[in-house]
Amino acid sequence: MKILVPVKRVIDYNVKPRVKADGTGVDLANVKMSMNPFDEIAVEEAIRLKEAGKAEEIIAVSVGPAKAQETLRTALAMGADRAILVETDEEVEPLAVAKILKAIADEEQPGLVILGKQSISDDSNQTGQMLAALMGRPQGTFANTVSVDGDSVEVKREIDGGLETVKLTLPAIVTTDLRLNEPRYASLPNIMKAKKKPLDTKAPADYGVDIAPRLTTTNVAEPPVRQAGEKVEDVAALVAKIKEMGIA
Amino acid sequence: MNTLILVEHDNSSVNDATLAVVTAAGKLGDVTALVAGKDCGSVAEAAAKIAGVSKVLKADDAAYEHGLAENVAPLVAGLMEGYDAFLAPATTSGKNIAPRVAAHLDVMQISDILSVEGPKTFTRPIYAGNAIATVESSDAKLVITVRGTSFEKAAPEGGSASIEDASGAGDAGISSFVSSEIADGGDRPELASAKIIVSGGRALKDSETFDSIINPLADKLGAAIGASRAAVDAGYVPNDYQVGQTGKIVAPEVYIAIGISGAIQHLAGMKDSKVIIAINKDEDAPIFQVADIGLVADLYAAVPELTGALD
Repeated sequence: MKILVPVKRVIDYNVKPRVKADGTGVDLANVKMSMNPFDEIAVEEAIRLKEAGKAEEIIAVSVGPAKAQETLRTALAMGADRAILVETDEEVEPLAVAKILKAIADEEQPGLVILGKQSISDDSNQTGQMLAALMGRPQGTFANTVSVDGDSVEVKREIDGGLETVKLTLPAIVTTDLRLNEPRYASLPNIMKAKKKPLDTKAPADYGVDIAPRLTTTNVAEPPVRQAGEKVEDVAALVAKIKEMGIA
Repeated sequence: MNTLILVEHDNSSVNDATLAVVTAAGKLGDVTALVAGKDCGSVAEAAAKIAGVSKVLKADDAAYEHGLAENVAPLVAGLMEGYDAFLAPATTSGKNIAPRVAAHLDVMQISDILSVEGPKTFTRPIYAGNAIATVESSDAKLVITVRGTSFEKAAPEGGSASIEDASGAGDAGISSFVSSEIADGGDRPELASAKIIVSGGRALKDSETFDSIINPLADKLGAAIGASRAAVDAGYVPNDYQVGQTGKIVAPEVYIAIGISGAIQHLAGMKDSKVIIAINKDEDAPIFQVADIGLVADLYAAVPELTGALD
């Protein structure tokens, strides 16, 4: 089977985002950008399934600006076989991304779509579930373990209070949680090889999807700042404070 | 405005996260509560008593027993004809179901709202809580998940809503529940609703050390136990202990951070706690910038001493 892996270019995990003074958003100028960490886990999982003989081809997809090519090249260097960039400079909301991915899935007929549970930029946690609904297929969200067996997949999910396992009929959509795997680093030879792997560039209109936003962001602000309190000298002073507050 | 909310439950009682959703929905209009489950009559009765709920819809079907999104989302979407907004808690179950409902309705969901600013305007955190966005929807209907710690809980008693039966297509036939491993915390309160949380970080070294240092203090305070992502990734504690933007968002009366440096992602999950106490040997640890009371000390000496002094 084929595996489709959507990836998003986002601000690097280690960079502290800065809110623009005019309240229009977060400043992304001259900021290091990388693949969304949850999507790296998705790419890794797809590669492991291919290495285990459960999949034949991995197709990485990104919806975003021309520079998202770099993100796709990273996926190719890790081990994806080919890539599709749906290029647009507009901000595309999860619902429209899901519609584009649905159109690509209609063409490619993947057995699995594996993607991050959320991006670390807008933290929506929607795209996988929306894609599953649009495709009329089952979803294994917040995956901790993925086991493909014949025409079904068992997904162990990280849920509040513990873990839950569901069995899904393929084709299915899986969204990754942090502990599914540890993504590999791309080796230099593989980075070189990735430059020659096919990367198609499309536009949202090629898939007949209207990407006009449904939500308007009217303001982006810093969160309220919490003031530091006091430091106490020793445990005795801490105990006194705790008793004063009536905690114990 | 007529709102429909998803009641989170285990087929016997209502999960507390639901109460905050009732409050958020009440700011928009009339509140109808949907209980989808199997043999969930007692849940429907409990939901009918929540102050602010005017009607309860009970969908009792084996297909809804485990809250599978493939089965519950079409049920909700089918019921939405009579409602203007659907609200679910921003729990793992709400996050699993709500976007599926939104796609069925062709609506762009608003995730994890912190406040209601107007009939179609809300605030929500982005970039791991490093920024707060105000967003306005242009969709005809709203689909929303609600951050539980940002809204007061509605009173679980005092209401007297009517209960009506509802039904949907039942089993979509593409997914099934296999098993669950729910951690048995014994008498320990649940992390999401605990009044006091004792949380440990990577400095705890290993699982045995974590238990021997953190558990006695938590026992003495009747507290729930949490952990930083570093401690979870290192395998000291199970994943559902994780407090942070990618784990649980908590806001207890008292949060005691032990050996936690205070990475941005961790702070995003606990900085709304009423009182934060931090014990860390690094006096420059970022956790001290948000702590009300800080103690710079070696946790291996300080925590047992603290536990002993709280008799």
